[in-house]
Amino acid sequence: MAAVETGRYHRTYESQLRLWHTRPQLIRIGVVAVIAIIVPFVFDNYWLSLANTALIASIGAIGLNVLVGYTGQISLGQGGFLAVGAFTSAILTDRMGVPAPLSILMAVATTAVIGVLFGLPALRLKGLYLAIATLASQVVILFIVRRWNFLTEGQGFVDVSRLEVFGFKIERSTFEQQWYIILIIVTVLVAITATNLFRTNIGRAFMAVRDQDIAASAMGVNLTRTKLTAFAVSNAYVGLAGALLAHYSEIISWEKFTMDVSILYLAMIIVGGLGSIAGSIYGALFMTFLPIAVRMFGEVIGGVVPQVQKQLPAVEHAAFGLVIIIFLIFEPRGLNRIWQRIKDFFGFWPFRY
Amino acid sequence: MRTRAYQHSLSGSSMAAGQPLLEVEALSLAFGGVKALSEVSFTVTSGSIHAVIGPNGAGKSSLLNCVSGLYRPTAGSIVLNFVAGEEGRKRTQRMSAPSDEREAGEKSIERRALTRLKPNRVARLGVARSFQNIELFDQLSVLENIMLGRHIHMKQNLAAAFLWTGPARKQEIAHRVIVEEVIDLLKLQAERSKPVGTLAYGIQKRVELARALAMQPALLLLDEPMAGMNAEEKEDMARYILDVHELAGVTIVLIEHDMNVVMDISQQVTVLDFGKVIADGTPAEVMKNPAVVEAYLGAQK
Ligand SMILES: Nc1ncnc2c1ncn2[C@@H]1O[C@H](COP(=O)(O)OP(=O)(O)O)[C@@H](O)[C@H]1O
Ligand SMILES: [Mg+2]
Repeated sequence: MAAVETGRYHRTYESQLRLWHTRPQLIRIGVVAVIAIIVPFVFDNYWLSLANTALIASIGAIGLNVLVGYTGQISLGQGGFLAVGAFTSAILTDRMGVPAPLSILMAVATTAVIGVLFGLPALRLKGLYLAIATLASQVVILFIVRRWNFLTEGQGFVDVSRLEVFGFKIERSTFEQQWYIILIIVTVLVAITATNLFRTNIGRAFMAVRDQDIAASAMGVNLTRTKLTAFAVSNAYVGLAGALLAHYSEIISWEKFTMDVSILYLAMIIVGGLGSIAGSIYGALFMTFLPIAVRMFGEVIGGVVPQVQKQLPAVEHAAFGLVIIIFLIFEPRGLNRIWQRIKDFFGFWPFRY
Repeated sequence: MRTRAYQHSLSGSSMAAGQPLLEVEALSLAFGGVKALSEVSFTVTSGSIHAVIGPNGAGKSSLLNCVSGLYRPTAGSIVLNFVAGEEGRKRTQRMSAPSDEREAGEKSIERRALTRLKPNRVARLGVARSFQNIELFDQLSVLENIMLGRHIHMKQNLAAAFLWTGPARKQEIAHRVIVEEVIDLLKLQAERSKPVGTLAYGIQKRVELARALAMQPALLLLDEPMAGMNAEEKEDMARYILDVHELAGVTIVLIEHDMNVVMDISQQVTVLDFGKVIADGTPAEVMKNPAVVEAYLGAQK
């Protein structure tokens, strides 16, 4: 129960169903919006490129969270589905001359459909068994991407031309800024649509399947339909992230979609908070900036103890594992829960409860 | 009869009281060698509270699971009767249609076998249930849990859901009104926005009842709604069940251990022992039956 809830009385269901209710909430949204707008003017290209990477990751993490956090269907196939989105859009734009916005939409649809196909085992399998089945989808997709020469015309990679939207071409000099604006808009749209979904009966059915599938079916929830819808919605977002990644990085190859990527995304939603849209974004930001923080920290320490400098890549991996373990032990509900507790603390301040 | 102006009838059956609603015929169920049910037959009449009693392991839960489609019986049939065109969600849609259209034509009774249907299909016909071991959606709030009871009555439009403003929001609000009536009837107002996982056992049981009732069921199956409660809590729960029966007019099949409760609130009792029906009748008749006294009451001592 968040502190901001006290003293809030609703006269209509409309008012209660609104996403924000109190002045502090509105102020927070305002502050975040202002920061988001200032970022491209303040930070240099290096930091902006990290921000852009984190925004794409946010979209992918929201997609994964729809499936894993909200519907309880574990997936180790994230990397593969990102690849489907990326390669579909890249090939459509570059070789078939489809305009980028359209090719991105087609990539979204394709990834959703392929996600449903690979989601079929979920109708029979649960938990660890499903994890293995989705692992198979990762392996199969990556195998196709690596070995099917048609995709990369035998080069092993696909070049993607600079993004052009309705005649506007991204400028080389302001590349990161322009991408930042595009990505922040898309991320906000993704976050809003996903949030909306879980305010309705469709999203509630996802969560019911996660919490108690037998009871859900006894309440009239069609498990087959619900699970496959979850796979479709989730992978539509993942496909979007993949397509954006292709156009943003302008070159794609299979190395960007390995098993490591699947694990990294799972880490994002665990650290951020399973079953939370905001948490997906926190997790994506955290996991994007963690290696940078470790490196900066390592360089500082390395100035004093040179041995550390040499071991930096190992330290990065260790930090990655450590963070996941710490979250699993101390706050399985992730950064989102920690943030709620901070809000509660100040909301009730100076009282403890 | 109603204590306050409820806008919606919570009963999903248009069958006249006293007509057969659920007919179970020669139902058998085996788990490997264990015969959980053998040749069970009984009829639930519309408008009644029908108790199913029997010692532990008699097959009561298995029987409900067969009705709601969770278990597939080895033999026998389960038939639900309803006024044609008014089953489950179709009924609520018709109720919002102009009334003269509804009155037109003679009501014909349709019989539908439940034996081959999946749980969600059975639910869509208006059969709601609670579980012996509470099976709520733990991470959802009381309100969201009860809203799931509205699932069969709601349209699933993905595009509208993404947009929220428009049909999706309108639908949520419309069904929220009915859910609030259920919350009101079962006095869950104070718990509305709490996650169910944090609630006391007795309240969780009531939320389960509320979730089932929100379906506007034609038939409500309650598997030991008072199990594990003290006398006072039992009395409260019995009161709520009577309210549901009387104020909402829902036909109820009730599994219960406590003979006294059963005698108090039910009109018809079926007694199971080792998967067989050993008695069937009014509470007074069943009480006098020597087989019952031996099997059931004897087993309690
Ligand atoms: N899913 C199942 N698998 C195997 N045996 C079961 C299962 N469900 C019930 N049984 C068996 O069926 C018999 C009846 O059980 P149950 O219907 O739960 O009885 P009651 O609800 O009357 O206590 C018991 O012997 C029980 O062990
Ligand atoms: Mg039982």
